[in-house]
Amino acid sequence: MLTNQEVAEGLLEKFGDQVFDFEEPYGLLTLSTTREEILPLMEFLRDHKNYQVIFLTDITGIQYPENTGKEYVVVYHMHSFVHNFRIRIKVAIPAADIHIPTATGLFASANWMERETYDFFGILFDGHPNLKRILNIEEMDYFPMRKEYPLEDATREDKIDALFGR
Amino acid sequence: MADIELLPHNVPSQGELPELVEELTTLNLGPTHPATHGIFQNILKMDGEKIVSGEQTIGYIHRAFEKIAERRPFYQITTLTDRMNYCSSPINNLGWHMTVEKLLGVEVPKRAQYIRVLMMELARITDHIICNSILGVDTGAFTGFLYVMQKREEVYEIYEEVCGARLTTNMGRLGGMERDLSSTAIRKIKEFIKSFPPVLRELEKLLNRNRIFMDRTINVGPISAERALSYGFTGPNLRAAGVDYDVRVMNPYSSYQDFEFDVPIGQNGDTYDRYMVRNEEMWQSLRIVEQAINNLPEGPYYADAPEYYLPPKNEVYRNMEALIYHFKIVMGEIDAPAGEVYHAVEGGNGELGFYLISDGGRAPYRLHFRRPSFIYYQAYPEMCKGSSLSDAILTMSSLNVIAGELDA
Repeated sequence: MLTNQEVAEGLLEKFGDQVFDFEEPYGLLTLSTTREEILPLMEFLRDHKNYQVIFLTDITGIQYPENTGKEYVVVYHMHSFVHNFRIRIKVAIPAADIHIPTATGLFASANWMERETYDFFGILFDGHPNLKRILNIEEMDYFPMRKEYPLEDATREDKIDALFGR
Repeated sequence: MADIELLPHNVPSQGELPELVEELTTLNLGPTHPATHGIFQNILKMDGEKIVSGEQTIGYIHRAFEKIAERRPFYQITTLTDRMNYCSSPINNLGWHMTVEKLLGVEVPKRAQYIRVLMMELARITDHIICNSILGVDTGAFTGFLYVMQKREEVYEIYEEVCGARLTTNMGRLGGMERDLSSTAIRKIKEFIKSFPPVLRELEKLLNRNRIFMDRTINVGPISAERALSYGFTGPNLRAAGVDYDVRVMNPYSSYQDFEFDVPIGQNGDTYDRYMVRNEEMWQSLRIVEQAINNLPEGPYYADAPEYYLPPKNEVYRNMEALIYHFKIVMGEIDAPAGEVYHAVEGGNGELGFYLISDGGRAPYRLHFRRPSFIYYQAYPEMCKGSSLSDAILTMSSLNVIAGELDA
């Protein structure tokens, strides 16, 4: 089993300042990279015999509306069965240029994960073979998981947050 | 024969035959076809009986759980997780509790961990008996389904003892279990351990070496280990392809390291192997249940974390602090620490992951469910390409796609 320290050092050696913001929340190695480097990074992790991160666990998106220039974050969870370590890679992208390359060339499972992320956040995965909505209806003209669409009707006056301890 | 007079338009034409046009038939399998066992659609292009290509349409029971969760305090999200894989709700519930406990740093006492293991393994058994016996129904053997259905009923009675509900269980609490195992629950679990093996053996006798069943399932819908990994398969479906990945072994949670069990694997990743892996997993689950009930540690069944664990009702009525905490928890006034957690449990269909980001408020900032069915179902067209329609039905049935988990 590789320690997070070893993995982090190996990645720093290979990618230099293209990988940054190393963290270890609850023991899971977390790092950030740029969208130019995300595919080479994933491919390196997958194919290098020291890591063999052959399993893409999950792709999802997060929105931070206040983070100007980094409004959206695409999060990749990967898992090496051989060395039993997990790794979380984050890529921040601006709302003005909401593009990121697709990982479908590396992992077949990325197909629907990326479609789901597009469906809910409107993040465009360049090169995706079939980037359309998956869970919502195709006629929908907004991306429902964005924070500008609050869950409850904002015009209702009988549901004031303060009365519900929110 | 000679005297029959043909009407003019039935007289075979003597001239040139019209040119044969080859065209593919489009077949809608679903959304409400009984063989899909849930609401999702497959648009299949058929060349006669053979499937040329397929495309799935999903989202018919999408309920926006991730969005709803952003408004709810943590304990109210448990009821959302029930409704994902409704064949094994306790695994979803307890997996969610463990995720939040990880975020809060709450250590759950041993007894509660063992009770959780017990319930999760019983849930795995119910999940697998449904899948395997329905596979029997799809091949034309209805009897086995009725045998094991009775046993599922008994497990549901155990759920009732432990949490009061049967299908959407809402089991456990943040920090432990809602109540201790009652003597009735213990009696029922022990009865189940005794009475389940004969029934499972009967199902095995009906199907395992049944010539018709084997002919229908062997080499049907196979997937190689490499493709299965690329497609993000987990759980029994991945193990049937020959990869021994099990979250319970690789990243043990809730004291799974204390138990002795084997991880069965298959070879070909076909329908028969998936059936056999699930079948063997039930025996292993039963082993775990037996170990858990026999070695059940003494002690409290909930953590000493009054600000998160709902106080017992008799305390609420008599004790001021308990009343305050009860009120604060129910009104959702307890703030969680900021942080991000990924926690995975071995669900009925594979790695069920919860990715939780808390910004320090009462509700998650973002919650994402890694739903195994959703991720592996995308391999379905590749798996049934070139097979006949009746085989494609079996492939789908053996993948155990649960619509609630697919759409969330």
